[in-house]
Amino acid sequence: MGGGEVLISLDGVEKVFDVRRRVSLMRREKRQVRAVDGISFEVARGEMVGYIGPNGAGKSTTIKMLTGILTPSGGRLRVAGIDPARERMRLAHRIGVVFGQRTTLWWDLPLKDSYGLMRRMYRIPAERFARNMERCVEQLDLAELLDVPVRQLSLGQRMRGDIAAALLHDPDVLYLDEPTIGLDVVSKAKVRGFLRQLNGELGTTVLLTTHDLQDIEQLCERVMVIDHGRLMYDGPLRGLHTAGGVAESERTLVVDLERELPAISVPGARVVKVEGPRQWLAFPAGASAAPLVAAVAADYPLVDLSVREPDIEDVIARMYAGRG
Amino acid sequence: MAEAVAEAGAGVAPGAPEVPGVPGAPEVPERSRALEGVRGYGLIVAMWIRSTMTYRTSFFLATFGNATVQLLDFVAIYIMFSHVEALGGFSLPEIALLYGSCSASLGLADLLLGNTDRIGVRVRDGSLDTMLVRPVPLLAQVAADRFALRRLGRIVQGLGVLGWAVWALDVAWTPGKVLLVPVMILAGAAIFAAVMLAGAAFQFVAGDAAEVQNSFTYGGNTMLQYPPTVFGKDLLRGVTFIVPLAFVNWLPALHVLGRPDPLGLPGWVGYLSPLVAFVAFLPASLAWRAGVRSYRSTGS
Repeated sequence: MGGGEVLISLDGVEKVFDVRRRVSLMRREKRQVRAVDGISFEVARGEMVGYIGPNGAGKSTTIKMLTGILTPSGGRLRVAGIDPARERMRLAHRIGVVFGQRTTLWWDLPLKDSYGLMRRMYRIPAERFARNMERCVEQLDLAELLDVPVRQLSLGQRMRGDIAAALLHDPDVLYLDEPTIGLDVVSKAKVRGFLRQLNGELGTTVLLTTHDLQDIEQLCERVMVIDHGRLMYDGPLRGLHTAGGVAESERTLVVDLERELPAISVPGARVVKVEGPRQWLAFPAGASAAPLVAAVAADYPLVDLSVREPDIEDVIARMYAGRG
Repeated sequence: MAEAVAEAGAGVAPGAPEVPGVPGAPEVPERSRALEGVRGYGLIVAMWIRSTMTYRTSFFLATFGNATVQLLDFVAIYIMFSHVEALGGFSLPEIALLYGSCSASLGLADLLLGNTDRIGVRVRDGSLDTMLVRPVPLLAQVAADRFALRRLGRIVQGLGVLGWAVWALDVAWTPGKVLLVPVMILAGAAIFAAVMLAGAAFQFVAGDAAEVQNSFTYGGNTMLQYPPTVFGKDLLRGVTFIVPLAFVNWLPALHVLGRPDPLGLPGWVGYLSPLVAFVAFLPASLAWRAGVRSYRSTGS
């Protein structure tokens, strides 16, 4: 939608931090860390893009440059035609931001007072405000929470409250930094459902960072992978799996055997890694682990086991393994 | 409801924008940064006052307690004067003039932007991020954050002591001297505010410099309650020419009282306080801008 109008564009964007480390009592060492090391991409209006990478890869730093919180050290960056660092306040009217780790609401105020203050701050016309409130309250299930001070909300409730707050002024772009972190399954589903609807019905452009592969699978057609401050992959999720040499959404059964054995063979799973007596078996995420465990236990000397959900780190790790 | 949603969707759907390329909020007209700051400050302050007033009794008790504690502070000086006739050559009403004016000045500055000293915490824990994504200048948000109306207590006390001083003083009031008293309070508040702003800016660099700032504001306040004649010349030079605290009340008050400046500056210097306040804001606001630009947020 929107005829592919470019809403976000980055061209060789860099962010370098000076890190001072105390070497001894008197001597301090200055070191430069390139948190973002020359990133270029474009996001068109109406896209929903996942921005993923391991911890410390530069995801949050990128988001903070896109919101004007941090000033880039180099490169060119535009959001809705605005240079975020130079015109932070003008940009604020065009973007919504949700930080998974901290609230943008006023801690001691009831949710609805926070929203009232937002309305005045952003000069949202009464009619538009009422319409957006109605939509958010209904779809995010906020009716019961409006009179509760933010500090008394649970993490999932607060997150829904924060998402509503970020959308009251009809932003063109919504940034979400780890929107599902720490949420239970029900809250995650609610948040994902709302975002899908938001993107589908209102065409709001969404850029989200996450650790949860399911967020990406259920929401984003396009994924960008960043590591060590560089863009490693930009394309559909399926392509990422191919690049990583993994079939779509696999879980991993980690088994500890009594002794070192060659790769074991179990129907419905394949060994992806052997390390001493420990072996990693990949199996489709939709399949049950129980018959698999039974099969392993029947044929091999099983000592211990664990099941790992697919996560971004694995996919990325395999992506490198696949390349190397 | 589905209808309403669809309608809402149509209203802001891309492709049919009111302004080309702007589907959502209509383009926000350029407004002066200062005006936006004052407006945003007012909005946030109003919200905190409303929030305070939901516990009305608690508010009045806190303000009353605040004023009482401040008043006891002056009672200590009053008791001291039951044993001595003068301090540094100043009588009790003269000291009351110094005390009341700088207390009112600091109280005013403290009420309006006292919370800027919390910025160090916000820089360290990264919660400044949330303020930086709102369409209100950062300084207005930081200054209005947790606006505490109970700080009126110090202003009330300061004005009370000042009122008594003006009544008790044996001064030939000229129009100039009458005008100088309110000017002194406002300019003094502005000088304290500039010091607070510079202190806040410094906290971007040195995570927890709140105490350095406090030593100039609250510490400066304690110093200014006493006559300049009791202090050493080097200190006086420092607070006259470097951190211009002497202009908060010493120099204007010396002129009101018709006393010479220990440093030998002419009497009309007392009228320069507003100018000094204005000049002090220049480096302070430059430091603030540099501070905001150097903000690095936190890891996540």
